[in-house]
Parts: sequence; structure tokens; C-alpha cells
Amino acid sequence: MISAATNNTVDIANGKLTFGTAALTNFKNLTNQNQSLWGAMGNSFLYAVVQTLVALLICSLGGYGFELYHDKKKDMLFSILLLAMMVPAVATMIPLFKMISKAGLLNTVWGFMLPAISTPFLIMMFRQNSRSFPVDVMEAARIDGLSEFKIFFQMYMPIMKSTYAAAGVITFMNAWNAYLWPKVVLTKGQAQTMPMLIANLASGYTTDYGLLMMGVLFCSVPTMVVFFILQKQFAEGVTGAVK
Amino acid sequence: MGENNKKSGKSILAKQQRAGWLFLAPATLLIVIMSFWPIIQAVFTSLKTGSSASMTWSNPIINNYTRMFADKVFMRSVGNTFFYLIIQVPVMLIIAILLAQLLNNKDLKFKGFFRTCVFLPCATSLVSYSLIFKSLFATQGLINTILVNLGILENNFNFLGNGSSAKVVIIIALIWRWTGYNMVFFLAGLQNIEYSVYEAAKIDGANGWKTFWSITVPLLRPTIIMTFIMSINGTLQLFDESVNLTNGGPANATITMSHYIYNNSFGEGVANFGYASAMAFFVFILVAILSLINMKVGDKRD
Repeated sequence: MISAATNNTVDIANGKLTFGTAALTNFKNLTNQNQSLWGAMGNSFLYAVVQTLVALLICSLGGYGFELYHDKKKDMLFSILLLAMMVPAVATMIPLFKMISKAGLLNTVWGFMLPAISTPFLIMMFRQNSRSFPVDVMEAARIDGLSEFKIFFQMYMPIMKSTYAAAGVITFMNAWNAYLWPKVVLTKGQAQTMPMLIANLASGYTTDYGLLMMGVLFCSVPTMVVFFILQKQFAEGVTGAVK
Repeated sequence: MGENNKKSGKSILAKQQRAGWLFLAPATLLIVIMSFWPIIQAVFTSLKTGSSASMTWSNPIINNYTRMFADKVFMRSVGNTFFYLIIQVPVMLIIAILLAQLLNNKDLKFKGFFRTCVFLPCATSLVSYSLIFKSLFATQGLINTILVNLGILENNFNFLGNGSSAKVVIIIALIWRWTGYNMVFFLAGLQNIEYSVYEAAKIDGANGWKTFWSITVPLLRPTIIMTFIMSINGTLQLFDESVNLTNGGPANATITMSHYIYNNSFGEGVANFGYASAMAFFVFILVAILSLINMKVGDKRD
């Protein structure tokens, strides 16, 4: 348990111990040698944020629809969708690549996120957590004349905050850390993401570890920040998910 | 009047049902287009040959599949993946469940701190941590320095230059990265178990070990199955670690199935989509079979 934590600090300290005084130089090297650093950071942020927002909206709508309007047909449809969980990314990679390139979406945020927006996992998470959503509130809102969509946006979304937080953390991390699919779909240098950038840093014959660690640091900080900010809600949200 | 009421009641219900379908339509459509349709496409592609632009049906039709089973590198990648699977998944899940048990202890101080520590590895990017492990286990890396200084090793050892030690490094890395992730699910499951159940067990004179096996494990069963399926799924699709830690080497000794498929389709300039699709479909079948077995075993309790 503690080793997990110390490992991490030791890793970073390792980079810092050996190159401790060179931190600034490394940083300079990183920005100089790879002018795409800020570009890659920007790309990663753009992709991850957009994907998280869209995925949250669509999957929560899905989970909401599946749970609170459930009937036999919808339950059956849901169990069919769950099968998609078993479809490995490599199996769909080639047809998806063809589809995306035909649609002219290579190197765009759409090409990056379309396959990852709607996942059975997120829908399931929202569906499970929606069980705790008070149905009475819905009925009351209906009597007050709120439309079904308004109920979703005005009642459901605020009440399910912690589920959104947990799902948001998971989606953001997945999007930020994605590697295989971006490697396939983002072929241009300007479109590349942080993980791709630092992987390239390490792929030369001689690796400047200080430089690399700096890149790794840059790549890891955002997800950690997101996690720390939403930590409490995350714990609550996940607790609700596994019932 | 009554008739009218009934009618409007019905139409409201129908309207609600329609709203329900509307809500779930985008998510469903996306999954169908982005998962189910491609997998059907993959089956057709796997029966074809040629480069991406001009594909023709291969002759004989299952040519890609026969080639796959004769391909030594692919078979090795299957073997490697299963090696990781069999060793890493059980070890990781056991550590995760024990950690969750420890962290669920009511008297433990700094619980939040420990929880964060365990989960922190999951927040690091897959590529980052692969590279960190690569530098740790490098010939001049930290691990070597420590081992040599402690006198365990005489000379610096190239962990990643040797097939079996490279595999062990990958497994250690995997466990480090994913234990916390699974622990969160166990922790969530544990928190749903009433504390009074444990009290009752204590009164009945059950010791810690017995309580763990006869209360915790059975009650956590759904969670265990879920994490098991997710881990199997993840390990069968292992890619980032193989690429960044060892690049499949030395001499394909650590290559995984996903990595080899990638090399055959996008990686090494050979856009062999037909053959790669055949291998990908093989992976799909494997994942499906393993998940189904898992679910069957898991459903027993009902």
C-alpha cells in the first residue's frame, strides 16, 4: 500500500535526484526541442475535456432513459448493449479507422472521441446509480408541468452530481491516457497528444531521462489534479455504482 | 369524461415512453455504430486479402486464419498474453481485496491519505508509468543501483534485455498500475456490507481469516466477478506497456496480441488489414468466451 505511494515519489525523486539541478534545463529542452509540447498539451486538454463532456451527457441520458423509463424492451436492449463491453479495441480498430478516414475525420477531435463517447460501462454506471434517484421528485415535477427533458436537466443532473464526478474522472483519465487509438487516428504531428509525445521522446536510440521525466511529469499532473479535486465525489459516486 | 381521462392518461404514458426511448437513443446508436457494426466489418475484412485500397476475397476463404495459426510470432504473442493473464490477474485481485479490507477498517487513521496513495498510480498515464518503469529497470537504472549496492547483484543486469525478466518487469508494472483501480471497486463493495454482520461473526467466535472467507468473499462476489472480467479484458488487450516498456522485445519475447495486430496493420508500414482483422477477431472470440465462462460461474449464486 505505502509502496505504491513511495514508488511514485521515488520515481519522480529518481529523476530529480540525478538531474536535480537540471530541472530548469530539462524544462527548457522540453519546450525547445519539442516545440509541439504546448501543442500536445493543448490537444490533450481539448480532446479530453470535449470527450468527457459529450460522453457524460450522452451516457447519463442513456442511463437515465434505461433506468427511469425501463420496461422489458429497454432492459433487453440494455443487456444486448452490455455485450459491447466484450468487444476489444483492437478488433474494431481497423473498420473504425476506415470509417473515420472515409468521413474525413482523421486528425480531428471527432475522430479521436467518436468511438469512445458511448461506453456500456458508463451507461451501466449511470443506470445503477439512477436507482437511488427519487421517483417521487419526478412525479411531482411532472404534475408541476415540467417536460421530461427539463426534469432531466433541472432535477436529475444536480441530484446525481457525485455520479457525474466519478464518471467524469474515469472518462477524463481514459481520454487523457488513451494511446492505441490516438496513435492510429492522429497521424499528423500537430494533432498528437501528450502520451504520444512522451512516447516519442523515449523512442530514440539515446534517451535523455531528465527530459523524459519532465515530459512524464507534465503528462501525469493534469489527471492527478482532476482526481484530487473530485476525489471525494469520486468515492461517493463509485460507491453508488457497485450495488 | 372517464373515457377521456383514460385516454389522456394513456397518451401521457406513451409520451413518457417515447421520451425514454429518446433519452437512450444517442448512446445506443453510438454503441451500435462504433462497436457492433465494426466487429461485423472485421469479420468480413478478415476473409479478405490485399492492401487496404484493393481488397479481394482470399483464396481459400479462411486463408488468414490458417496463416494465423501457423504464425509463430502470433502464437508467441498469445502465449505471452496468457502468461501475463494467469499470473498478474489473480495476484493483483488478491492484493486489491486485501488492501480494501485493510482500508475498510473503521479504526484506521489517515484512511483518506492511504486510499489516495493506493489510487494514485491509476492517475498516471499508461505511457508515463511504462516509461518510468523502463528507466527504473534500465541497466543503469535505480533498481540496478540499489541491488548492486546491497550486494545482491554483482554487476548491473539488463532486466529488459532478457525475455523472462522482461516479462516479470511487465507483470510488476501491471500490478503496480492496476491494483489501486480494482481496490476502489472492492472498497465500494465492502462499504455496502453492513458492519453488524461482522459484529455478529465476532460474537459467534469467528476469527479474522474465517470472517474474510465466509462473509467478505461471498458478499463481494458480484464485485469480484466484475473486476475479474474487466481485468481479463484489459490484459487481453494489453498494448501500451508492451510498446513502451519493451517494444515487444527482446526478439518478440514480450510482445502482446494487440501489439502484434497493431504492427501488422498500422505499425510497421505493412497495412495488412485482412490478416490483422483475422487476429483481432480471434481476440474478440477469446474475450467473449472468457467473459461468458465468468458470468456463468458468477450467476450460480442466484
